[in-house]
Amino acid sequence: MQQKAVLPEVPKKSKIKTSAGDKVISVITYVVYSFFAFVCVYPFYYIIINSISANNLSERGKIIFWPQEIHFKNYTSVFNLPGLWDAARTSVLRTVIGTVLTVMISAFLGYMFTRKTLWHRKLWYRMVTVTMYINAGIIPWFLTMKLLGMTNNFWGYIFPMIIQPFNIVLCKTYVESVPLELQEAAEIDGAGTLTIFFRIMLPVIKPIMATIAVFAAVNQWNAFQDTLLLMSEPKLYTLQFVLFQYINQASALKALVSNSTSSSAMMASLAHAATATSIRMTVTVVVVFPIICVYPFFQRFFTKGIMIGAVKG
Amino acid sequence: MQKAERRIDYKKRRSYIEFLYILPFLVLVALFSYFPLYGWIYAFHDYRPPFPITNETFVGFKWFATIVNNPVRLKNVLRVLRNTFAMSGISLFFSWFPMVFAVFLNEIKCKPFRKFVQTVTTLPNFISWVLVFAFAFTLFGTNGAVNSVLQEIGIISKPISFLKSTDHLWFKMWLWLTWKNAGWAAIMYLAAITGIDEQMIEAAKVDGATRMQIIWNITIPSLLPTYFVIVMLNLANFLSNGMEQYYVFQNAFNQDYIEVLDLYVYNMATSGTGMYPLSTAISILKSLVSVVLLFITNTASKLIRGEGFI
Repeated sequence: MQQKAVLPEVPKKSKIKTSAGDKVISVITYVVYSFFAFVCVYPFYYIIINSISANNLSERGKIIFWPQEIHFKNYTSVFNLPGLWDAARTSVLRTVIGTVLTVMISAFLGYMFTRKTLWHRKLWYRMVTVTMYINAGIIPWFLTMKLLGMTNNFWGYIFPMIIQPFNIVLCKTYVESVPLELQEAAEIDGAGTLTIFFRIMLPVIKPIMATIAVFAAVNQWNAFQDTLLLMSEPKLYTLQFVLFQYINQASALKALVSNSTSSSAMMASLAHAATATSIRMTVTVVVVFPIICVYPFFQRFFTKGIMIGAVKG
Repeated sequence: MQKAERRIDYKKRRSYIEFLYILPFLVLVALFSYFPLYGWIYAFHDYRPPFPITNETFVGFKWFATIVNNPVRLKNVLRVLRNTFAMSGISLFFSWFPMVFAVFLNEIKCKPFRKFVQTVTTLPNFISWVLVFAFAFTLFGTNGAVNSVLQEIGIISKPISFLKSTDHLWFKMWLWLTWKNAGWAAIMYLAAITGIDEQMIEAAKVDGATRMQIIWNITIPSLLPTYFVIVMLNLANFLSNGMEQYYVFQNAFNQDYIEVLDLYVYNMATSGTGMYPLSTAISILKSLVSVVLLFITNTASKLIRGEGFI
């Protein structure tokens, strides 16, 4: 009885009280998050508008909000730089080969580690997963990779990266969620271990393979440290590495600019002649472009990946 | 009898064959994950690159001793430890940021705006440190956007070289790290928020709780277990901040403050021949401390939460 008398008053009171406070909070959150979004987007936008604006303006930092005197000469001149095509090819090759192998191996090992018939299954599974916590250090790693002939060798980008215990765990958990009857039925029909994997498992575990593929591709594309440690032959440099050199070795870049443009500098206007800044910006766009293109389509896979990880860990 | 035996035989054969299928991959694991541990022996030898290590080059713990005995080196190691502790300490101190970011992002009622913010703040996580540095270089360089805007408004008269100055360097490094990771780290908390019981929030609303009261008394407490795991992982990785970020941002002017342990090990090894053993020795010490930290934090987690995170 008493409650009934009090009830109508409480919401009323709280409504007045909260709406004022709520409004302030709302406004603040919108402002703050707009700022965060701007901070995250602007660098991408800045690089892109600078790479297509007049080079004599971009060099002096005059392009800030929108592009001016739009031209695409920078993109043609960047691909005339010696070494950039090689770097692009290396980056694409390592991304494609590395991703395919990582996905297939993760799926296969994830499946095999669920096979009760596998000899000493638990031992091998532990042997693979423990490597998540093993880290010898950069220099011991480099010295042993040298012993294995992985220095100045394209496969040095692939072999050390393709067995990723975390991905194997993800696949194993996923395979375990598939009803065992599916395998048993195939076995009664006489299917062997490999047939079950290729014919039955692969189609079923496609979602987790897509997630792993996206992560593996991003990792391969972004890898920088392995080039730094293992590769000294310019032919094997990746785009990331070449970009870093362009940023960090201003003098080398200047020489490159004057070399590649000296013949055409007379004809090209000041707005189109390549400068150190224009080359840096344009190469940056070239390196970041695949990520920006892929990101909107695969965002749900990224999110899914961290969810599974969160549930596991 | 015979039939049963044959069946067991077949089963055994099959389990061996399955082992043969995974054997090549186990070999890869052995070569690329376990074999690098063999590289630790270089710390106990007087190794000079073109010449292989032999019994004569064995020097025992000489290199470990020089870390402490050589005053210049000891000073350097202490400097690098200071930087490592500072950067990890700042990260740990602000580790609540992604959680708060997620909590207030969830308060935004307009769904398209919320989705947009979430999408664009997650994007930086997927670009490499080299690209982050490329952005930093073009935005904060002496003729970048920031300097030219500041000059235009008249706040400064001469361009500031932000990337060379050591002012607030540790904090700036944290800012870059946060720019890259915070949106991504927030996703986990956002997932945890959707798991909170709606009825609890409804009940609180009926009782007249304000939004801040709901956040403070319901949302945050439900996120604490996740936050706790993050803090423990931060502690376990206290000495390993990785080298990539600091490698790309380092230059002759800021090196004294930016060199963390991982970067120091690399810089030393590349500074001259004959430095491999010493940097390996430091690597080993770091690995040992890290393993101890991992066990301590995992045990702490088991005691407090009832389960570890390994």
